[in-house]
Amino acid sequence: MKKVVRGFYSIAHSVKLCRPNVIAAYPITPQTEIVENLAKMYANGELGDCEYVTAESEFGAASILVGASATGARTFTATCSQGLILMSEVLLNAAGMRLPIVLVNTNRAISAPLSIWNDHQDSMLLRDGGLIQIHVETNQEAHDMVPVAFKVAENSKVMLPFMVNMDGFKLTHAYEPVDLLEQEDVDSFLPPYQPPAYLTTKNPLTFGSYAPPHCYAEFRVALQNAMLRAKDEIERAYKEWGEIIGRDWGGHVVGENTDSDLVVVSMGSLTGMARDVVNQLRKEGMSVGLLKIRTFRPFPAKEVRDELSNASKIIVLERAVSFGYEGPVGIEVKSALFGLSPEFYSFAVGLGGRDVPREELVKIIRDVYEGKVEQGFHFRTIKEFEEVVV
Amino acid sequence: MNILVEVRFHGRGGQGVVTAADMLAVAGFKDGYYTLSFPTFGAEKRGTPVASFLRLSDEPIVVRDEIYYPDYVVVMDPTVIGPVNVESGLKEGGKIIANYPKGSEDLKKSMGTKAEVDVYTINATKMAMEHLGRPITNSAMVGALVGATNIIKLDSLIETVYEWFGSKELAEKNAKLIKEAYDYMKEVCKW
Repeated sequence: MKKVVRGFYSIAHSVKLCRPNVIAAYPITPQTEIVENLAKMYANGELGDCEYVTAESEFGAASILVGASATGARTFTATCSQGLILMSEVLLNAAGMRLPIVLVNTNRAISAPLSIWNDHQDSMLLRDGGLIQIHVETNQEAHDMVPVAFKVAENSKVMLPFMVNMDGFKLTHAYEPVDLLEQEDVDSFLPPYQPPAYLTTKNPLTFGSYAPPHCYAEFRVALQNAMLRAKDEIERAYKEWGEIIGRDWGGHVVGENTDSDLVVVSMGSLTGMARDVVNQLRKEGMSVGLLKIRTFRPFPAKEVRDELSNASKIIVLERAVSFGYEGPVGIEVKSALFGLSPEFYSFAVGLGGRDVPREELVKIIRDVYEGKVEQGFHFRTIKEFEEVVV
Repeated sequence: MNILVEVRFHGRGGQGVVTAADMLAVAGFKDGYYTLSFPTFGAEKRGTPVASFLRLSDEPIVVRDEIYYPDYVVVMDPTVIGPVNVESGLKEGGKIIANYPKGSEDLKKSMGTKAEVDVYTINATKMAMEHLGRPITNSAMVGALVGATNIIKLDSLIETVYEWFGSKELAEKNAKLIKEAYDYMKEVCKW
C-alpha cells in the first residue's frame, strides 16, 4: 500500500517483514528513529520472537549481533558516523567470521568538527573491511533493499555483512510516498536463514579464532572470493526482486544515455536531482548522460567501464574525501577505466550537509562541458575563506 | 519534472516547524499529489531557528535540494524575522503567511517587502494558547497556509490530524485550531 511515511519508518517496516531474530542498537542521529520504530514494534509484540537489545554503545550493539549471528540468528542494526566507526572493529570481525549481519547506515559526516548532517565519509572509512555496501537514492529503494540485503548476506555462497547506505536527513527525515511491502511479498522472496555453520553445544565450533601465518592468508583469500561471488549473487537478487515484487531497480549500476560525450556519475540521494538536471540539459541540446552507482562494494568495475567507455568527459559527484588524494568514488571509477583516457573531473559537494542547490549542479556540468574547469579533483558548494597558516 | 507548489516554513525548535511540513506532505498525498517534506536546522535544541520544506507535484519528486524560490513562506514565530531572511527568493506573486500580531501592514513596512508579494498575518500564538494552552503554533499556521492558498483540501488536513495524534482529545483540539485559523485566513484572502 502506498503511503506517505518518514524514511525511518520505511526501513523499520521492511526490517519487521524480514522476521529478524535479534536487533541490537544504540541511538545516534540521524538513525535513531529507525530503531525507535523497531523498539516500539517490539514492545507492541509485532516482532514475533525477536529479541530487541538496547546496547550500551555501538561497539556493544555490534558485538551482541556477532554473538547472535554466530548462533544462526537473523540480525539487524542501524547506525552512522561516529557510531559506525565505533562499530568498525566488530564489523570487520564479522566480515572475517563471515557473519551475515545486515545494517543500515544513515550516512553522516565524521567529527571533527562535529556534524550530524549528511555526507559519505562514514561508510567510505569501511571501504576495505569486507562488508557489502550499496547506496540508495530514495526511501522506496531503501525500503526494498532491506530484504535484498538479508537475502544476499545469508546466501551460503556469500556469508558477509551487508550495509545499506541511505543519506541521513535527505532520506531519513523525508516524508514521501513509499509503497509499503506486505508480509507475503517478503516471505515469497526471503526464506528463513539457514546458516551452513553455527554455534551450538551439540557441535562446538570456533568463529574468529587465532590464525597464525600458516593459514591466515587463506581466510583472506576466501573473503575476497566471497566478495567476488557476491557480485553475481547481488545482481541475481536485484533481478529476482524486480520479478517477484515488480519494482526493478536495475543492476550494480544504472546508466542513462551513457553513450553521450559527457557522463555524470552519482551515488545516493543526490542522483535524482542529477538525473533531472541531466534531462534538462539534454533538452537544451547538451550531449550528457548519467551513471548511478548502486553497489559500491563489491565494486562493479566492469559495469562502470562498459557504461563509460564511450564518454570523452566524466564527472564524478563525490560526497567524501580521501584526504591527501581525492574523492573515493572518483578513485574507483578511474581505476575501472584504466587504459582509457577520457577527461576526468571529480567534485566533492555537500560535505557535512551543505545543501547542493540545483543551480550548482547545472553549473558544474556546464563548466566541464564548456571546458572551463581543469581536470582532476575539486571542491564545490564551498564558501570563500581564508585559511590561517602560521 | 513538474513541481506544482513549493513552501518553506520558518520558526524555532519546539514549535512544530518540521511537523507542519510533514503533516501537509501526508495530507497532500490524500489529495492525489506526490509530496516531499524535509527539515533543516542548526543545533538539535529548542528555540534555535528551524526551516522545513514542502513540495507538491503531479509526478514523483526527485529533487531534494532546499527550497530557494518558494511559492509560499510560512513564518511560525515573529522573532525569526530579521535574524532569518524569510523572504529570500520568494517568487513574484508569492505569499508570506506569518504569525505576526501587529498585522500585515506593519510586517510589510518592517521587512521592506516588494510590492508584488502578498503578506498575510495571523496571531497564531494567541490562538494556540486559547486552544492548546501552549505556544505551539504549527497547527494554526498549517490552517492559515491552507486558508490563504487552498493548496490542500481542509478535509484531508483534518483527516491527517486525527491520524497524527495518538490522543483523540489532542487531535480534536488541534483540528479546531486548524479550522479557526483556516476560516480566519480564508476571510482575509477572500477567495
